[in-house]
Amino acid sequence: MTAKTLYDKLWESHLVTERDDGSALIYIDRHIIHEVTSPQAFEGLRLAGRAPWRREMNFATIDHNVPTTPFKSAADIEDETSRIQVVTLQDNTKEFGIRNYGIGDTRQGIVHVMAPEQGAVLPGMTVVCGDSHTSTNGAFACLAHGIGTSEVEHVLATQCLVAKKMKNMLVRVDGELGLGVTAKDVVLHIIGVIGTAGGTGHAIEFAGSAIRSLSMEGRMTVCNMAIEAGARAGMIAVDDKTIDYCKGRPFAPTGDAWEKAVAYWRTLVSDEDAHFDTVVEIRAEDIKPQVSWGTSPEMVLPVDATLPIPEEEADGVKRSSMERAYEYMGLTPGMKITDIKVDRVFIGSCTNSRIEDLRAAADVVKGKTKAASVKQAMVVPGSGLVKRQAEEEGLDKIFLAAGFEWREPGCSMCLAMNPDRLEPGEHCASTSNRNFEGRQGNGGRTHLVSPAMAAAAGIAGHFVDVREL
Amino acid sequence: MEKFVQLKGLVAPLDRANVDTDQIIPKQFLKSIKRTGFGPNLFDEWRYLDEGYPGQDNSKRPLNTEFVLNQERYQGASILLTRRNFGCGSSREHAPWALLDYGFKVILAPSFADIFFNNCFKNGMLPIVLPEEEIQTLFEQVESNPGYELEVDLPAQTVTRPDGTKLSFEVDAFRKHCLINGLDDIGLTLEDTEAIKAYEEKRQALEPWVFDVRGDL
Ligand code: SF4
Repeated sequence: MTAKTLYDKLWESHLVTERDDGSALIYIDRHIIHEVTSPQAFEGLRLAGRAPWRREMNFATIDHNVPTTPFKSAADIEDETSRIQVVTLQDNTKEFGIRNYGIGDTRQGIVHVMAPEQGAVLPGMTVVCGDSHTSTNGAFACLAHGIGTSEVEHVLATQCLVAKKMKNMLVRVDGELGLGVTAKDVVLHIIGVIGTAGGTGHAIEFAGSAIRSLSMEGRMTVCNMAIEAGARAGMIAVDDKTIDYCKGRPFAPTGDAWEKAVAYWRTLVSDEDAHFDTVVEIRAEDIKPQVSWGTSPEMVLPVDATLPIPEEEADGVKRSSMERAYEYMGLTPGMKITDIKVDRVFIGSCTNSRIEDLRAAADVVKGKTKAASVKQAMVVPGSGLVKRQAEEEGLDKIFLAAGFEWREPGCSMCLAMNPDRLEPGEHCASTSNRNFEGRQGNGGRTHLVSPAMAAAAGIAGHFVDVREL
Repeated sequence: MEKFVQLKGLVAPLDRANVDTDQIIPKQFLKSIKRTGFGPNLFDEWRYLDEGYPGQDNSKRPLNTEFVLNQERYQGASILLTRRNFGCGSSREHAPWALLDYGFKVILAPSFADIFFNNCFKNGMLPIVLPEEEIQTLFEQVESNPGYELEVDLPAQTVTRPDGTKLSFEVDAFRKHCLINGLDDIGLTLEDTEAIKAYEEKRQALEPWVFDVRGDL
């Protein structure tokens, strides 16, 4: 028998039929739904008179559009178009019999935080959602990726997707991560090395001792940004940490089924001599805390670096992207990253809004105060459950005492579809995953960093090296 | 879905790499619950000088005359020529919807982001990958020849330049078949209903917990 990668195994175990042209029908175990990319799909079902194939395999919640100030009912959502989407999801899930963690439910939260938290996503599954950061769930040795709205409708109607097998890519990070270097820095560093198109057409498996040393939260952060490395899916093999995380979750199996599941899950690792089309090796010791400076996640550097000089870039396409980025970001080539001043801080998003992220940020701000020059520092937990846990640990008090805001769960300033946004020209230390032009508000300037780095920038008013705190 | 077979159309050059879906259609327009009407807000932040919001009268907004799509010579273009990694970022299908609503049916680039590429086919659009040098030549030709048109032939898998040069491209056989015949994916998949049920039965025996989704609905 030929050796298989984890991705090969997941692909084969979900193959329904193969077509002559090389495409295939793969079975989808879990479909996660949110308010922004689903309305047109439900409308399509209705128009075609179709019912969901297995409604219980769908999990819906609201996240992209919701305000992060308290609201008790849809009527409290001021923005009319947002309110319509939230209500439309409520109506659609009710009509089609799909569970929806909506307004007022403590389980409500960012799709990619809610699903693993509920045990809705378990090892060995295929998971899709109309959101590109679905790759987050790959941390559980799942084949998880984002889909478009036509595919949302397709999965609802058939529990399958038409797919083509991707190539296998291995990103191995070996060694020991330095103090102050987090999962976020690992993945930003990887993107800096392979580029935002480095993983295109591939499913990436993240492996190596540094990846294994990460908690499940950290692994989710890494897989989350596989898409920023160009890969639809990122994944990590099963080990004890995976199994411990799943144990006791509301939708995890129990009793005999649990034992049987665990025995199967342990096989979800790449075989020793499995073949990867592309292999990237990274030394953990080379990774420092990262800060993105431009308008693409690959424009990222260690915090102690100076900004690049466009004239030194040999590739013409890259050089002009760089020049455009400088113009948009209002920065000067050659300046030190630590000289970049920060106007706002955003701690949240599906990349970094889990309990461990909030603990790391709270650790930095404890007993300190936000710099007066920083207009706002927001902390937005990933779900109602993360929020509750953080409050039980007193993290909210630490943030509030430091002049940081403590908000209700949602996507918030990650994409600024709700009122949380940057003003034109403002620089933001953000724990989210995308620094595209206008992402956090028209004209806003995003710098992607870890939670500790964002918190430290909020205290200092500019970027600082957390290793020196 | 509308069929796509052949197209002869005006080409507009968008000389940027890594154009992301946030740029193609900014998030404020994602609040719509429809599939159409996104065209006027395609590339909103580049096309207009002010900040756009849904439901606005776009004809009254100040245009950024520097932006390529606002130039007279590219009005009515149906083919977009662009650089590497087009459509990266969010999975929003609103991006191809906006391009289509504006009038683009074909996009030529050296490479595309996976999800965007896939989404195009679901909407009767054809993204074509051509080698970087050929894209470069096309950019030069488009810019120096007003009214530059290309002919795209999907069955033959060719793009023909005005001088008659044919460039061939690859396309997945299944996607080609669906585009040429305007076939709806869901209908096709449901023809495999028996196979899906057989799969579920087999899988249920191996991993019963996957199907045992308890709790409230
Ligand atoms: S937090 Fe940001 S990246 Fe994550 S799902 Fe929400 S909008 Fe998308």
